[in-house]
Amino acid sequence: MALSRQIFDTVIVGGGGSGLRAALQLAEAGHHVAVFSKVFPTRSHTVAAQGGIGASLGNMQEDHWLWHMYDTIKGSDYLGDQDAIEFMCRKAAEVVYELEHFGMPFDRNPDGTIYQRPFGGHSQNFGERPVQRACAAADRTGHAMLHTLYQRNVRAHCQFFVEWMALDLIRDYEGAVVGIVALEMETGQPMIFQAKSTILATGGAGRIYHSSTNAFINTGDGLGMAARAGVPLEDMEFWQFHPTGVAGAGVLITEGVRGEGGILLNSNGERFMERYAPTMKDLASRDVVSRAMDQEIKEGRGVGHEKDHVLLKLDHLGAEVINKRLPGIREIALKFANVDPIREPIPVVPTCHYQMGGIPTNYYGQVVAPRGASGSNEVIPGLYAIGECACVSVHGANRLGTNSLLDLLVFGKSAGDHLCQWLKSNPQHRDLPHDAADRSLERLARLDNAESGENITEVANAMRRTVQHHAGVFRTGKLLREGVEKIREVAERARNTAIKDKSRVFNTARIEALELENLVIVAEATLVAAEARTESRGAQAREDFKDRDDKNWLKHSLWYLEGSRLDYKPVNLQPLTVESFEPKVRVY
Amino acid sequence: MTTSMTREQERLRWRSRRGLLEMDLILQRFLDQHLTTLTAAEVRAYDALLQLPDNDFLDLAMGRKGPDDAALVPVLEKIRQS
Ligand SMILES: Cc1cc2nc3c(=O)[nH]c(=O)nc-3n(C[C@H](O)[C@H](O)[C@H](O)COP(=O)(O)OP(=O)(O)OC[C@H]3O[C@@H](n4cnc5c(N)ncnc54)[C@H](O)[C@@H]3O)c2cc1C
Repeated sequence: MALSRQIFDTVIVGGGGSGLRAALQLAEAGHHVAVFSKVFPTRSHTVAAQGGIGASLGNMQEDHWLWHMYDTIKGSDYLGDQDAIEFMCRKAAEVVYELEHFGMPFDRNPDGTIYQRPFGGHSQNFGERPVQRACAAADRTGHAMLHTLYQRNVRAHCQFFVEWMALDLIRDYEGAVVGIVALEMETGQPMIFQAKSTILATGGAGRIYHSSTNAFINTGDGLGMAARAGVPLEDMEFWQFHPTGVAGAGVLITEGVRGEGGILLNSNGERFMERYAPTMKDLASRDVVSRAMDQEIKEGRGVGHEKDHVLLKLDHLGAEVINKRLPGIREIALKFANVDPIREPIPVVPTCHYQMGGIPTNYYGQVVAPRGASGSNEVIPGLYAIGECACVSVHGANRLGTNSLLDLLVFGKSAGDHLCQWLKSNPQHRDLPHDAADRSLERLARLDNAESGENITEVANAMRRTVQHHAGVFRTGKLLREGVEKIREVAERARNTAIKDKSRVFNTARIEALELENLVIVAEATLVAAEARTESRGAQAREDFKDRDDKNWLKHSLWYLEGSRLDYKPVNLQPLTVESFEPKVRVY
Repeated sequence: MTTSMTREQERLRWRSRRGLLEMDLILQRFLDQHLTTLTAAEVRAYDALLQLPDNDFLDLAMGRKGPDDAALVPVLEKIRQS
């Protein structure tokens, strides 16, 4: 089947914060840019971010980008690449002030400067004392950022393809990326978009977990596209968890609840945190609390039919305190857990929040991968990745709060800038290969022709349960090995799905089937990489290998879809201009 | 369920995919209960709600605010009750 075709300088898959920032840089320079999004751009998941954007503006106390750099490297448990981290922390003030000039309604100090909030993990003078570094717009930082960038892009004549789903990358015979195949939801028709360069900005894949704070659209499509095109996925074993998401829903209950005196109970009604953290108890750090909760569940002391959560009790605080100090929490509990915390405990479970790994890139956003037997890292011509779907890697094994929105701005802009130069030396479109759309068309044909097969919802549930149980916070070799086997069975089932509705127009079942193929790829990468990494570092906590092992594991994992194979590459410990921060034991 | 849905209903279902998880969950419950029985007027009202930014829609759905347009009230009630 010959598909119709459109031609652009650059196609950007994703209209969240990172995609819009890159688009702006290109569109304002006069390039012909197309941004694709499954949903209206300002409804991208970036809208959920509330906390803020980290930048060492020093508006509240003295601050320095080098301190921010130190906090980020320490936070990453030394798995972050120090060149990219220096680049990001040095650029932070610039991108925040730019956003201010674009019209972002930041909170302000009485003297007119941007107000900065405190946030965990940010410090003055290399860990000496906390510093206020987070720039926010009330509790709508992500929302304000998306709206500001979107308006600006419209003004710069960036072209939007809304309610389009990108299916696959097109690579030519030399391995260069020459565009994408995308599906228009309204008609169900696929089309070829030929481009000199392609940027993946599809966000995270948090929906691989049963309990996730991510919106339903976060299905890792860009990761699936990259993996199918032979690009490895980096550090996929590292996922950040929040200890208290509402069980079965994922909506977050803030740490503040435990600060006010809320306590965690297991099925015996025991306040189990007393055993894990005798001093701090329920107020221990996020990772300690998450791991303890998951261990209670794994050891059979979970609550509910499936014994898959624990309880957060706050009725002892009394109606007055709850209504006065935690009104938002009562609202959430009533709406999403169907309990009134004034009388009953809230069912909670460690909940996946952020994906540290992703498509490997350098700090220009160019996708890099080992090439040939030599294994040296090389740029894949024409392909860029930015935002949560990319792994630069500035977050390493654990992201510092507020560094993600910063990552979107810095590397979105950096990719745009780099491309403006790159397009000068690569002014021509490369030819499309003859089989340009074959992979996508085969995927669609399989779904359109399958008379019977696995049910999408059932396979998706099996995947989420498997990942939640086997690649949760509390990990052991045995759990992970079983998980790898199970996820391979799930992947096999995902190759045999069928949908009843064969129509083309707005066929959501068809879209969900295509999304599931991407999710399952990410799930397999996560389990395989986690099983192989026999150490604990950042978000990967192994019960059978409790310590960080810099001798053997100070390296990034690279997972390939073909053969579900793993490879590794060294961490870049060399910053751009300053001295290296050598790995140290991480204590807070 | 899917096979009996009209294209219009499918379109509403996709547009109910939001950037905020809270909205995804609230609208999923609403659609499961009401999608196939919405009147034409309700579809129009729901369409208008879907145009709102997520945070504003969430405020309405949680009952923190009331709608400016009275025509939205019946659908909003169903969303709140779902
Ligand atoms: C509840 C919550 C609160 C957070 N708070 C903060 C915070 O305070 N500070 C902070 O720094 N970080 C925070 N984060 C993390 C941060 O919000 C995200 O990492 C970031 O917004 C991701 O942005 P993005 O541009 O990479 O992707 P997204 O905003 O997720 O956008 C992805 C885009 O890709 C599109 N897309 C995906 N697949 C396809 C496809 N196949 N075809 C076409 N388009 C596609 C989508 O439609 C969307 O437009 C928070 C996260 C959550 C869940």
